[in-house]
Amino acid sequence: MGENFFYNYEEVAAILLFGIGFTTLVFHRNLIKKIIGMNIMDTAIYLFLASMGYIDGGTAPIIDGAETYINPIPSGLVLTGIVVSVSVSAIMLALTVRLYGRYHTLNLDYIYMYAQKEHE
Amino acid sequence: MKDIVFDFPLFTIILPLLGAVICSVAGKKVSKYVYFAVSLICAALSVPVLLYTLENGYFTRAMGHFAAPFGNEIRVGTAEVLFTLLAVLLPALSVLGGKRRLMEDISEKKINFYFVMLCLLQSAITALAYTNDLFTAYVFIEISTLTSCGLLMIRQIGRTTVAAVRYMIFNLLGSGFVLMGICMLYDLTGYLSMSYIKEAVADIAATGKYTVPLTAAVGLIVIGIGMKSGMFPFHLWMPDTYSTSTTASACILSGLVSKGYIFLLIKIIYRVIGFDVMEGTGVPLVIFVFGLAGMIVGSLGAIRENEIRRMIAYSSAAQIGYIYMGIGIGGPAAQAAVAAAVFHIFTHALTKPLLFISASGLSQASGGEVKFAALQGSAHRNPIAGAAFTVGALSMVGMPGFAGFISKLLFAQAAVASDNRAIITLSVLAISTILNAIYFLRTTMRIYLPSAEPRQNTSVYKNGTAFVFACAVLTAFNVFLGMHSQPILDMINAGIETLA
Repeated sequence: MGENFFYNYEEVAAILLFGIGFTTLVFHRNLIKKIIGMNIMDTAIYLFLASMGYIDGGTAPIIDGAETYINPIPSGLVLTGIVVSVSVSAIMLALTVRLYGRYHTLNLDYIYMYAQKEHE
Repeated sequence: MKDIVFDFPLFTIILPLLGAVICSVAGKKVSKYVYFAVSLICAALSVPVLLYTLENGYFTRAMGHFAAPFGNEIRVGTAEVLFTLLAVLLPALSVLGGKRRLMEDISEKKINFYFVMLCLLQSAITALAYTNDLFTAYVFIEISTLTSCGLLMIRQIGRTTVAAVRYMIFNLLGSGFVLMGICMLYDLTGYLSMSYIKEAVADIAATGKYTVPLTAAVGLIVIGIGMKSGMFPFHLWMPDTYSTSTTASACILSGLVSKGYIFLLIKIIYRVIGFDVMEGTGVPLVIFVFGLAGMIVGSLGAIRENEIRRMIAYSSAAQIGYIYMGIGIGGPAAQAAVAAAVFHIFTHALTKPLLFISASGLSQASGGEVKFAALQGSAHRNPIAGAAFTVGALSMVGMPGFAGFISKLLFAQAAVASDNRAIITLSVLAISTILNAIYFLRTTMRIYLPSAEPRQNTSVYKNGTAFVFACAVLTAFNVFLGMHSQPILDMINAGIETLA
């Protein structure tokens, strides 16, 4: 068991980062930090993918006579994931800007409170 | 010539994308016409595909230049086409029904963006139904998340923006989990194509190794999809989201978007993991328990509410619970239970928009109020909305003759045929039905009571033709499914057979 953790240290790091990002996204009340947490979570997944596709001693998957290449599919997935993550960050930041402009705070608890007051 | 049918599913994905491009530069009127033209054409294209799959089972179609394990493909069976028809027609009906509120809630310059979002959402949900590649499914999950957030936040008031943030947070957590699960599955099997993963997973399960990573991957995907579709512990985003958005958005989000994710989950259970392996991981039991809990907790939440739209939103949480309960029953009755769940997807998708639309009609006839006290007697001020609400409420309660009764009957039949889950399922079903009856019938009686205080304006509210049309069509669907469910049920059963 312990050996597995040692050999797969990249995956272990990825899962730890995923947990950090996840807890930040759930428990932090500051909107910007929530977005940062989301980005950490996504990045952890990219680390997981990239380390999974890496083959020891392999070069970039462009055929030029090298003996081994790394697996290109995870790299492609990472690129796709980055594009998705950028657009999600953009929309979250847009929402944050709109909320800040209206309530002048980034703390989600206060924002809920003010919105509730506004409604009543 | 007959081969062209094989290309129709691709057209139903591409055409809305094209429509979105046109809508983004077109004016208000043109974009509306483009959107409705796109959905009509897509519906028309789906009909021959449905007929073909009914006759010949399923077919696959390679996308791009590489064959299946490396390249991308779509796979079309009866269930997928039925779901696509829903995805194409339901938003159009919702927009018709919520048209007046749409014009009030959204500034004139942004109306065309609403249609852009609708086109993109339609494309994404269609692709979710058709794709045979897990990573493509993930990308379209994200597209439908972003577009549904767009549908939500286009109403620019404070509460809606707050609801949109909350919706996005739950959805992002869900997407993260789904992506992690997909990556783990890819790590285990080396494939992204659904059918190939299934073979590899069967081999892995046969050796008895790697059970923990497999369970973790399946669990992550289920939790992620559960978060996005409002499974019991994660249903807290629903009331705010559905009650503060514009009516059409509420209909689409509750009726279609969450169902798109659940349909993907059913596909993953049957086509990616395989039902037997899934049972072996124990995850269906978790789905079952959360489904049962959702049925009760959602209904209790609805009873406590004093605003009509929040009540309907909580009822959505309960109905999602029904669907998950059906998916989780498992055992010898698994197929009947999943068929019941798919039938309930259709029932709920056709009833909930009717409720939201008619509730908005009722509150418009009462000066825009949403509290029950102000809605008293509103059915007399707006008889069409009152009748439509009554139909929707009776269907959700499970009155014979309406669609909701058939789904409850199917769930009960499946529960009786299951191993050891009959008693718990039947009792929770009974309790939930009683709770449903309490809040829906209470509301229905309330809107037909005479108004508490005499009103100055006693004239009957004038509905638009689009509103009446949407109510009539949705009511007709409800009664049709209730009276004549067998053909649809046969199609669903055939669809589930070919889903694997």
